[in-house]
Amino acid sequence: MYEFVSGPLVWIAFIVFVSGMVYQFVTMLRSAKKDKVIYPYMSLKYSLRSLFHWMIPFASRNMRARYEVTIVTFLFHICLILVPIFLLAHIAMFEFAWGLKWGALSQVAGTYMTIIVVLASLFFLIRRLMMPEIQFVTYPSDYLLLAVAAAPFFTGLAANQQWFDYQTTVVVHMITGSVMLMVIPFTRLSHMLFFPFTRAYMGSEFGAVRNAKDW
Amino acid sequence: MGLPAIPIVSDPGLDETVKELTPEKIANVVNRILDNETAARFKVYMKTCVHCGLCSDACHWFLSNDRDPRFSPVGKVKQTLWEIIRRKDSLNPAFLKECSRIAHTECNVCRRCSMYCPFGIDIAYMIMVVRRICSELGMVPQFLQDTVNSHSVTQNQMWVKQDEWIDTLQWQEEEARGEIKTARIPLDKEGADVFYSVIAPEPKILAQLIGNIAQIMAVAKVDWTMPSFDGWDNSNMAMYSGDFETMGRVERYHHEAALKLKARRIVMGECGHAFRGAAYDGPKWLGWRQPPIPLIHAVDFYHELITTGRIKIAKKFETPVTVQEPCNIVRGRGLGQKLREIIAATCEDFRPPDPDFEHNYCCGAGGGAINCGPPWKTSRVKGNRVKAEQLAATKAKIIITPCHNCHSGIEDIVGGYKLGMHVKFFSEILMEVMEIPDEIKV
Ligand code: SF4
Ligand code: SF4
Repeated sequence: MYEFVSGPLVWIAFIVFVSGMVYQFVTMLRSAKKDKVIYPYMSLKYSLRSLFHWMIPFASRNMRARYEVTIVTFLFHICLILVPIFLLAHIAMFEFAWGLKWGALSQVAGTYMTIIVVLASLFFLIRRLMMPEIQFVTYPSDYLLLAVAAAPFFTGLAANQQWFDYQTTVVVHMITGSVMLMVIPFTRLSHMLFFPFTRAYMGSEFGAVRNAKDW
Repeated sequence: MGLPAIPIVSDPGLDETVKELTPEKIANVVNRILDNETAARFKVYMKTCVHCGLCSDACHWFLSNDRDPRFSPVGKVKQTLWEIIRRKDSLNPAFLKECSRIAHTECNVCRRCSMYCPFGIDIAYMIMVVRRICSELGMVPQFLQDTVNSHSVTQNQMWVKQDEWIDTLQWQEEEARGEIKTARIPLDKEGADVFYSVIAPEPKILAQLIGNIAQIMAVAKVDWTMPSFDGWDNSNMAMYSGDFETMGRVERYHHEAALKLKARRIVMGECGHAFRGAAYDGPKWLGWRQPPIPLIHAVDFYHELITTGRIKIAKKFETPVTVQEPCNIVRGRGLGQKLREIIAATCEDFRPPDPDFEHNYCCGAGGGAINCGPPWKTSRVKGNRVKAEQLAATKAKIIITPCHNCHSGIEDIVGGYKLGMHVKFFSEILMEVMEIPDEIKV
């Protein structure tokens, strides 16, 4: 079992993830051509202006108004992206498989950042349950997606802290991690891919066509 | 969730049409629109929205209805588009009626929510997709459809006949000449610097606004003209009902009238939705990157007249004023700064609203909502309580609203919440403060 999940499964996950992202990306570019207004309106200057205001914490009005969400969201996303790439254990596996190597996070930092992801997921869950306007637009799939995103981090933490049977936890960790990678292109987790483009389009339209700000 | 029942409003445009719908008819239209007309934006938006609800606080409907989730931007999309997609082939007529109510009467397509969604998802565009589907099925509130029919038949919004149009202009020229000797309304003049266009409610019910313009043009010595023929109406309600074919025709008429007269540029009266139609929605549909003749809004024009000194201010307006910044020219054209500057130049005591500029709340009337007519007035006024509170907090007496929709919408709110304020177009302020040289005074 361990051999399978640490070998072929990870490979499959990477392949599905990368080809899925490429597929989504190409589909988006193709359909953007059909939507006649997109390319003529896109503007690099205003795309970047908008992205800048939505990638810096508190640089937009809504981020200032919902400061708690802003703080948690930024921490969540930063940790969620950095931890898998810079965790010593992960790098060791890449080194073992491909001989690649890069700088790693310290053990302590890795652990704390993982805890942040888990707690932030809990925050999102509570928000979804407590706030009527979010509850109203929540489908079961929203809980599922949150679980899919949080599971690799929770199991990783559990393995690291040896909370349950180590071997089993590691296997579950690898499975959940692979599942997450594989579903990103095909679910709303693909906002990871689409974010720069939807924002850039809105920024372009507001900036170049409407002479106004969009943050 | 224990939400209050939404009052049932009877509207023949919906109540009668719904009887003729069948699930097959609905499926046909839905599939046609979703498969052929909507492309990248729609699909990507649907895939990207993470159902986070962060857009809710942008919407005056949501805020004014005690944070009722059914009025949040994403909540409105959920109740319409998400369901349409989920049940594509088994949509019942009653559901389509709900869609029309939500899309036509409970969203002003003001696009404030695009500035709140982290992804910049254009909810207004999604709502327009719903309106498009509803319109193709004939599910449009009666009053709104009536204006569209009028556009379609007469090329203007209010069934104004050509002789009535010319008659009104001549009458207003006479009125203006009662004040200023040189005031004229030149008809069909070729090669004029300014082709001036208005929305059809001006000749129909607010004709003095045209007389005012004749005086302002005379004082500023502008070389201008108006057409005696169709194309003089710059408003476009078809844009909001979802009848884009008619929208395209109306815009074409407007731009072509100016081309026919070889005007150097179009100046549009104080209306936001008309400006939106002529400046982007129309050209977009017609496949033009830009309108063929440069086109500016009245605010831009007044700014030019005042800053270049063609109009001098005799005495500033004293009563405390605040401003309603129309979505379609401020969030939609960045005219906020110029609007402030002309107010500063003409008014002594300006009380800025909060929030303001791009973030100002919508008047609640735009986007075709007010054109859905009297049956929907109660819900519309209720859906804009935040605007009333915002205006009241300024403690101003006059609200300057350089847009016809805003003007009527704010008047309804002022009445509904007993604010004791008055609404004025900027041109009305200008009429009171501009210097009229003695040699042209009557
Ligand atoms: S009324 Fe304005 S803020 Fe509310 S949903 Fe419609 S476009 Fe968005
Ligand atoms: S439209 Fe944007 S802000 Fe609103 S729920 Fe979707 S992702 Fe969140």
